[in-house]
Amino acid sequence: MTDTILDDYPLYPSPRDLSCPFAQPENVLSTTREDAPLGKVRIWDGSTPWLVSKYADQHALLTDPRLSIDETREGYPHMTRGRSESAKHTPPLITNTDAPEHTRLRRMVNLPFTVKRIEALRPRIQSLVGELLDEMLAGPRPVDLVQAFALPVPTIVITDMLGVSYDNREDFQHASHTLVSHDATPDESAAAGAVLGGHIGAAMQAKLAEPADDVMSELAALVKAGEMSPHEALTMSTAILIAGHETSASMIGLGALALLQNPDQLDYLRSVADEPKKVAVAVEELLRYLTIVHTGVRRIASEDIEVGGTVIKAGDGVVLDVAAANWDAARFAVPERLDLARGNARTHHAFGYGAHQCLGQTLARVELQEAFRALVTRVPDLALAVPAAEVEFAFEGVAYGLRSLPVTW
Amino acid sequence: MTYRIEFDEPKCVAAGQCVMVAPDVFDQRDEDGVAIVLDETPSEDLLDEVEEAAAVCPAAALRVVRS
Ligand code: HEM
Ligand code: SF4
Repeated sequence: MTDTILDDYPLYPSPRDLSCPFAQPENVLSTTREDAPLGKVRIWDGSTPWLVSKYADQHALLTDPRLSIDETREGYPHMTRGRSESAKHTPPLITNTDAPEHTRLRRMVNLPFTVKRIEALRPRIQSLVGELLDEMLAGPRPVDLVQAFALPVPTIVITDMLGVSYDNREDFQHASHTLVSHDATPDESAAAGAVLGGHIGAAMQAKLAEPADDVMSELAALVKAGEMSPHEALTMSTAILIAGHETSASMIGLGALALLQNPDQLDYLRSVADEPKKVAVAVEELLRYLTIVHTGVRRIASEDIEVGGTVIKAGDGVVLDVAAANWDAARFAVPERLDLARGNARTHHAFGYGAHQCLGQTLARVELQEAFRALVTRVPDLALAVPAAEVEFAFEGVAYGLRSLPVTW
Repeated sequence: MTYRIEFDEPKCVAAGQCVMVAPDVFDQRDEDGVAIVLDETPSEDLLDEVEEAAAVCPAAALRVVRS
């Protein structure tokens, strides 16, 4: 393979068909077909990484030590221009290191996200979603479900967990959105980073002086013990804040829309709302069907790797499109169907796969389980307040979502 | 037929998927979230859960060995 026939590589990410915005772009989805060869795509900086879209290939590659997440290597297929700039001065974190360094760092930040610790938060999350719905139901109709419900749930939960003030939520939401946008300029990203850095820095100072019962205080304790540098603790806190609210908010908004468009599935979810295991599987299927991280996870080959007869050369960039893999018909029968009782839904790649699989997945799951359970039982006659075609999507981010979701009941 | 769970601890990234799928068989250490196998030879009726846990373990750290 050479790069001489430049124009043959499709641009990536590729736009979705707006008449069916949940569906994967056809030119990417077609590469999951059994007979489709491994191919390359062209990304924003003109470089041409490999596109891995088949479920089985991703499953193998994401646990292959020859694929690296070291974003400082020449040829790494950065998500955005902002990320390629910031990569140069990001300290070693779980998001940019390989094993064994990754394992060491991840075990340091894991504690607040264990199943036990997150399950202990469930009652608090249950009352939070209940209060937000009480408020919504007492207010005027129609209402924007994103602002009234989808965004506040994870934002309140993550600011609480970290121990930063919810009063700064507008700054957090705006800056996070900029930092994960494919459209933001380096200047905009730097400005957004400074706003977040200011708030997180101030909070970290406070926790160093007076520890509380929250995640930033735990990180502050690691700094005091000399196990983490202040810079690492700040960058990690910021990453948790950013990753911790826009993603879950997108899932709640898009999930509500998907349920409204599949009334039989909405009825099914309501009918099993008292059965935690079935609600959990339903959430896994929503995660698979929607796969909000729609522009792939990114890696670089540190050695030659053979994939189905094609060789990914050492130094080649690799984009693993987890959304396409979740719609790979060889793994998920009739993938375009939302089937909340799908038996193998849990094996999806919506949280990634391999050592970097989402740190916040247990938290996200509990948020989503409680949010959807409450929504379908407390607002049984929930309905769109605008024609479906007028619902505005936001595709510019690393994860896609909705700008607003006007609903009534 | 019986089976046994092999756990490659250094690989574990403590994502907790095994605990979610098979809470009677797996737990997480309090200090760092690394998995603990509560029962290396669980009963036959837990086999489905254990196989699912091994399948979803993102670190491929769990193996079900039949004997
Ligand atoms: C539905 C919600 C979410 C989705 C779909 C999601 C998706 C993902 C994906 C696909 C990755 C893998 C990236 C890669 O392999 O390169 C990831 C990693 C990560 N996520 Fe999430 N995420 C969600 C919620 C959260 C939450 C709530 C938090 C924090 C509280 C979080 C924090 C992280 C972190 C820190 C990583 C990096 C882990 C590592 O590299 O070891 N995410 N997430
Ligand atoms: S699922 Fe795998 S990586 Fe996660 S805690 Fe269990 S053994 Fe460790």
